[in-house]
Amino acid sequence: MRRRIPLIITFIIGVVLITGYFVTRGPFNTLYESFSDYFAIITVFAFILGGGSLLKIHLKRVSSRAADWPYSVVTLVAFLVTLVIGLFKVGNPGGMSGEILASGSWLRFMFDGVYNPLSATMFSLLAFFVASASYRAFRARTKEATILLSAALVILLGRTPVGAWMTAWMPESLAFLELPNLANWIMAWPNTAGQRAIMIGIALGVIATSLRIILGIERNYLGRGE
Amino acid sequence: MYLFSTTGRPPGVPHSNGLSRAVPAFAAIFALSRAVPAFAAIFSLLQADPVFAQAASESGWFNADRTQALVLGIILTGAILLYVVLASAGRPLFIRKIAGLDTVEEAVGRATEMGKPILYVPGLNDMDEVQTIASMNLLGHLATIIAGYDSRLHVPVRKSLVMSVARETVQQSYLSAGRPDAYQEDDIHYVSDAQFAYAAAVDGIIVREKPAACFYLGGFYAESLILAETGNSIGAIQIAGTARPPQLPFFVAACDYTLIGEELFAASAYLSKEPRMLGSLKGQDAGKGIAIVFILAGSALATLYSVTGSETVREVSEIVLWLFR
Repeated sequence: MRRRIPLIITFIIGVVLITGYFVTRGPFNTLYESFSDYFAIITVFAFILGGGSLLKIHLKRVSSRAADWPYSVVTLVAFLVTLVIGLFKVGNPGGMSGEILASGSWLRFMFDGVYNPLSATMFSLLAFFVASASYRAFRARTKEATILLSAALVILLGRTPVGAWMTAWMPESLAFLELPNLANWIMAWPNTAGQRAIMIGIALGVIATSLRIILGIERNYLGRGE
Repeated sequence: MYLFSTTGRPPGVPHSNGLSRAVPAFAAIFALSRAVPAFAAIFSLLQADPVFAQAASESGWFNADRTQALVLGIILTGAILLYVVLASAGRPLFIRKIAGLDTVEEAVGRATEMGKPILYVPGLNDMDEVQTIASMNLLGHLATIIAGYDSRLHVPVRKSLVMSVARETVQQSYLSAGRPDAYQEDDIHYVSDAQFAYAAAVDGIIVREKPAACFYLGGFYAESLILAETGNSIGAIQIAGTARPPQLPFFVAACDYTLIGEELFAASAYLSKEPRMLGSLKGQDAGKGIAIVFILAGSALATLYSVTGSETVREVSEIVLWLFR
């Protein structure tokens, strides 16, 4: 019964929600919004589980002096300081009734002075990773990799003024061979065709997965025990 | 092998109450509400038939703007259900090989031989995303294999609900593999809701623990390449999968195997080998066949009309276009 009841609920709600997509009248047409609200509420309470897990794991690592435990100290201090400052609005010009991220508040300072720069730093690493990944992907070792390299070169050059300048001498009758035009053609036709094929596959996959869940064929997300 | 019974669990296994099952069930329900627009995603260019629209608007209950989604949804659902029924009846079905999934066991075996852990990253999305549910289903199968090999599975997550579902799923997998003692709850843990804080933490785990195999399966954004390149730098065998097309090239460039879009959703069924699940995969392929037929028919009719100018051809092509407009 512990498995059957959730499966029955899933089936009924799944069918009702699909019906709601096609029906214009209440309560069907507002079900999606209602479930979004319920989910948001549950997510907020679930954060207690996440925060608890974070505290438990790092406290355990510090107390047992596990490998790299000083990192856990940093995590715990950062978590608790942010939590206390945010919950009690410490240093907030408006006090407890002030906006959570009010200008001049400590939390705002931490957000602008610590969180944002750290996030930006991680994001910036992407540029270097793109370079190393591109180097490996574009090595012309196979026929497919050579085609990929050629297409990438045309797109890169076609999207810059250098590309336009390199092929500006071409006569009007060969304008379609100018790098910007070639780049546009690659993006508009082969690229779009490939993207759409993937999107159709994804949509079909979502439908099939949804049906498997609604019909109770797929039950792994409930655990595998009987 | 331990099985659930009314008398409870084997000794030493934490009690799993109804609430812990209710969480993934609710999450699945919400994900389904997200899946509904997927019916429309494939047929996103909707436009109603004026005659049908008028009839529907008189009744006032049916949203005529979504007629195409309903028609094609019924066709595709019918195809999937047909193959599920055929598979249940014992009809053998051919399913094409998916290299990334055939390598899963090899990757786990390699990790066991090297005595290193296996990292599983379920993406950034919460349980309201079908990709995450597909990822959890796959995690269940993977955990069963890992339990059999006696390797360590490490799952850092970004969302608390995902952590709850992952813990329940992995625990049940270890239980069904007869290794409930090997399950370590703390190996599935919450990291941070912030995208790049999560990426930094997972990168740190990769660099410090040097897992032999990394799985990135779920919804990923800009952090996809940061994770995959870090995994590549330590020489881990990497299997990735996402239904977010912009991230696919990054995974293809940095990982050994990539499950492209639909393959992520097919993974659980593919690994389970369960006939009804495989039947739904075949139905998915039938859906692709139907889409190909309509695309070819539409292109042929439009070409024919431009050549002949026939009114009959135009009317037929209009019907095909109406479905996909």
